[in-house]
Amino acid sequence: MDASRREQIDRLNKFLFKSTGLLTITLLGGIFLMLFSNSVLFFLDVSPVDFFTGSQWDPDTKYSFLPLLVSTFLVAVGSMIIAVPLGIFTAAYLSELAPRKVQMILKPIIEMLAAIPSVAIGFLGIVLVGPGLASIFGIQNGLNALNGAILLAVMALPTIVTISEDAINAVPKSHREASLALGANQWETLFRVTIPAASPGLIAAVMLGLGRALGETMTVLMATGNAAAIPEGFLDSVRTITATIAIEMGEVPYQTTHYYALFAIAAFLFLITLVVNFTGEYFANRLRKFHS
Amino acid sequence: MKKLLNTVNWLVLCGSTLLVVLILGVILWDIFSKGFSSISLGFITSYPTNGMTQGGIFPAIIGTVLLTFITTLFAVPFGVACAVYLNEYAKPSLLTNIIRASIRNLAGIPSIIYGLFGLALFVQALQLGTSILSAGLTLGLLSLPYIITTTEEALKRIPNSLREATLALGVTQFETIKDVVLPKALPGILTGVILTLSRAAGETAPILFTGVAFYINGISASASQEFMALPYHLYMLSTQHNEIEQVRPLAYGTATILILLVFTLNSVAFYVRFKNRTQD
Repeated sequence: MDASRREQIDRLNKFLFKSTGLLTITLLGGIFLMLFSNSVLFFLDVSPVDFFTGSQWDPDTKYSFLPLLVSTFLVAVGSMIIAVPLGIFTAAYLSELAPRKVQMILKPIIEMLAAIPSVAIGFLGIVLVGPGLASIFGIQNGLNALNGAILLAVMALPTIVTISEDAINAVPKSHREASLALGANQWETLFRVTIPAASPGLIAAVMLGLGRALGETMTVLMATGNAAAIPEGFLDSVRTITATIAIEMGEVPYQTTHYYALFAIAAFLFLITLVVNFTGEYFANRLRKFHS
Repeated sequence: MKKLLNTVNWLVLCGSTLLVVLILGVILWDIFSKGFSSISLGFITSYPTNGMTQGGIFPAIIGTVLLTFITTLFAVPFGVACAVYLNEYAKPSLLTNIIRASIRNLAGIPSIIYGLFGLALFVQALQLGTSILSAGLTLGLLSLPYIITTTEEALKRIPNSLREATLALGVTQFETIKDVVLPKALPGILTGVILTLSRAAGETAPILFTGVAFYINGISASASQEFMALPYHLYMLSTQHNEIEQVRPLAYGTATILILLVFTLNSVAFYVRFKNRTQD
């Protein structure tokens, strides 16, 4: 093949590779456009005031976002209350205390936990956690916000442990040595020097874990009971934004107010996870800059 | 007093770690101990019978395999090409910053929103209908950011001296990428691809409205047909079936097969990574 032909092929391929890069922007733009345009169609039918007030999500008559929003946050924040201390302590153990051999065993275990499909975790919510909660609290069935929070905590744990461990590992050794040289013991060093120094990374871990929990569908769909009313506590049945979309989109006729409503709540879920994930990214970058 | 505090600290950290291990143990023990008793050769190779209360899950296994295959065909070429562009061709610029931000963003979008997008784009706009093709393409979009990220990691590990050496010999950049960089990065790319596919195989939300069905007659012979899939089968058996208690053993069996499938894919990925690392 002569040289000019080879150069032509080279230029053509460069163009092809570049267009796949542009595809990612198009994809994000497309998702945004789909959510936005369908939301606009929804708000032509239903006033935003009705959407943000009221306490009933009852398709065909009332579209009140509030119970879904409260449910979503109740379950996700509940999962963080369980997963954050557990995850950060485990990460601290892994990076500060665990002998190398134990590390070698624990890391694959955490990756295995991350690999379990969400539908299998949801199944356990029905057959294991639900009956357990029912007998502990003496309630009829254990399909409620607490069940969802426990399951989401399990699913967020690998994310939180892995990122927290990286954050703790990134704290320079000199910090620890200085603290120890000043007479602080191992624990004082860990809790007053290492963990505070790693805190941007720990916040990133929590945010990315929260992002996962907010967007998870199958687990909450299966384990939280799906009652579309504003919950009063963790033992109430709840229905998250994701579960509502999953339940109703299968049966709704296309291009109706109800159909647009599901895109509208998806648009808000998109915005919420976007803010949470970008907050996480921001802190992760701060940690990176600080230590390099 | 201080000694007591030290012991408490130690207990908290070790206890937390132990609890995490215990959680995985309980999950696997509960599913496997009850699941293995309902698994037999017949369970894997036969069709469901008697209104899904008996028989096997053969079509769901085949459906998941075919679905993952379509996902691969779509996501891998695009994902690898995008990573090659970012790592080999593009100089840091506003455009690459926007592309990278989009990729991070796409990775954080909840999977159910991909399901909606697949419904709006593939099922409705492109008129592919609820089919295994629509579902596979939807999962492909979901997998794209992960494949790009892991491929880029693999490309970054190839030393620059290798690229410079071939370019100095008068070889074009595309030929360098095709004949030197990609073959060298192959094990790393493969690891990422397999891990991504194991995630895709376990996903349920994106396929809910794009083509999955609880029961189809036979197995999907064409890309425009609906299909059965393991995760959806497990969801239906454990929540929507009329005889929920009666089909519980089938649900446990399905969960076991699904987890074994995912773990097998993960093990293959780790084996490839391990082999690659020890060779260097």
